[in-house]
Amino acid sequence: MIIKVEHLTKRFDGITAVNDISFGVEEGTIFGFLGPNGAGKTTTINILCTLFSPTSGEAFIAGHDCMKEPAEVRKAIGIVFQDTTLDKDLTAYENLIFHAYLYSVPKNEMRERVDNALKFVDLYERKDDLVKKFSGGMKRRLEVARGLIHRPRVLFLDEPTLGLDPQSRTNLWEFITKLPEKHNVTVFMTTHYMEEAEVCDRIAIIDKGKIIAMGSPEELKRTIGGDVVYMRTTDNANVKEEIERLLKLTVTEKDGELYMTCDMGDTCIPEMMRKIGEKVISVRLQRPTLNDVFLKLTGKAIREEEASPGEGVKEYVRAYRRRTEK
Amino acid sequence: MQYAPTLNPRILIIMEFNAIYVIVAREFKKFIRERSRLFSAIARPLLWLFIVGAGISRLVSPDVGVPYIQFIFPGILGMTILFSSMFSSISIIWDKEFGFLKEILVAPVSRFSIVIGKALSGTVVSTIQAAIILALFPFVGFKLGVFQIIGVILICASLSFSISAFGILLATFYESYESFSVIMNFIIMPMFFLSGAMYPVKLLPEILKIVSKINPLTYGIDAIKHVLFPFEKGKMSPDFLFIIDIGVIILSSLVFVLIAGKAFERRG
Repeated sequence: MIIKVEHLTKRFDGITAVNDISFGVEEGTIFGFLGPNGAGKTTTINILCTLFSPTSGEAFIAGHDCMKEPAEVRKAIGIVFQDTTLDKDLTAYENLIFHAYLYSVPKNEMRERVDNALKFVDLYERKDDLVKKFSGGMKRRLEVARGLIHRPRVLFLDEPTLGLDPQSRTNLWEFITKLPEKHNVTVFMTTHYMEEAEVCDRIAIIDKGKIIAMGSPEELKRTIGGDVVYMRTTDNANVKEEIERLLKLTVTEKDGELYMTCDMGDTCIPEMMRKIGEKVISVRLQRPTLNDVFLKLTGKAIREEEASPGEGVKEYVRAYRRRTEK
Repeated sequence: MQYAPTLNPRILIIMEFNAIYVIVAREFKKFIRERSRLFSAIARPLLWLFIVGAGISRLVSPDVGVPYIQFIFPGILGMTILFSSMFSSISIIWDKEFGFLKEILVAPVSRFSIVIGKALSGTVVSTIQAAIILALFPFVGFKLGVFQIIGVILICASLSFSISAFGILLATFYESYESFSVIMNFIIMPMFFLSGAMYPVKLLPEILKIVSKINPLTYGIDAIKHVLFPFEKGKMSPDFLFIIDIGVIILSSLVFVLIAGKAFERRG
């Protein structure tokens, strides 16, 4: 375990920001801390990177105690904070050289490491531009590059894609998913975007300072119990009865729509279509998301869904229509 | 699994030195880059010297001692240092606000090195500005020898360090730059007026004399007076012994660095 946290608690004037959390992170993996704003994610990062001291509990990084050996811990970690921590009045190159000196990177390696880091995040061409001329996405990439200059063993990313446009987000994710392999680093990230948490090897879901679930994205989604199929029909009562009889599924009617849970939505829908297809007006499939996991555990959504939920399902209906029209 | 770095003391010292170096280099680079900052930093003392100074000198009878414009010259050097050292140190509040301070605080360097690096940044920038003002000495009627010039620059450098360290200490208490005007009006301006810059401390009412005596700037300006008009007696003469001036500057520097370093070590 490269990160080990035991019974960590942090209270600020009566508010318990982090409440007795324990977890471990395997070396070389991407670990995600998923939760709504104010759940205690950033507080946990601040404790791990030695900026805060916990009220109680212990935290170790690379075998070093975050409280007792801050210098060793600081050497072993790189951090990309939620808000940019670049000097906007210096160039990209100068920001990285500053960092290299601060971490005493050997002088003969400095230039090479900085150049490589800039190339890795595609900013080499812009290295002599002042950071204030950079877009949000470029700044974030530059910070990731900076966090890697001293070859940390753990890289912390606090909401790395917050405030970025979709294209920059995708772009940044490409870099982040390559990190463990290319830079031999363990990634610890926080996010409140479900899609982003999907790339993690393991996720801890945190709410109100407590870890409420932990596991791989697949494991967590499995706890929800299968896909949900929504359906509009010409005769709800009839279809409900038929599906329950033929497919042995529990069907519920809500707002004029039928919905049912099945293990494999993508094979389940064609089967239904074969049996009751002529009565179906529309059908959509909803795969469980981490948001559903969160919803099930806490009774509330992390945030409003951004993409239209039925996108994947429309495909099925179109494909079905094409087939039946032939 | 155990990450076992064996750090010998030599490497540790080099690491601290690297950090101090790069903190100063950053400030210097920004100073060179922002020429407007240099111009305005030079303009303020010039206004005071040649406009306020020239005006007030009409009120001061010429028989009290050194000409008034010469009398305030050490004070104007002190003002240059006060403003530029304070601005340089208070930029820590900017760094807090814009996040850059975190980049420094999560680095594996001692908090004392950070404070010393910052204080030296202020020292370099302020001493350069003070030296530019000092170069105007022929225009206020001084005839200075090489040793006097070197002496004044050395005093300016140590005074800059002390004031910068004081500024850092202040900056640790403030979270946003809105507090800047508070610092400006309630700390920087009183420090200037009660430093013996414009009028001798010995002429002040008792209560203000006490405030002047706890002001490190007073001793820096007093030390420069010793070097610039060593034979002056009477009202316009220096207020304290030279050795006391130097002692206070050095001691205050140490105290400020220690307290500021401790303040930085605090974790949230």
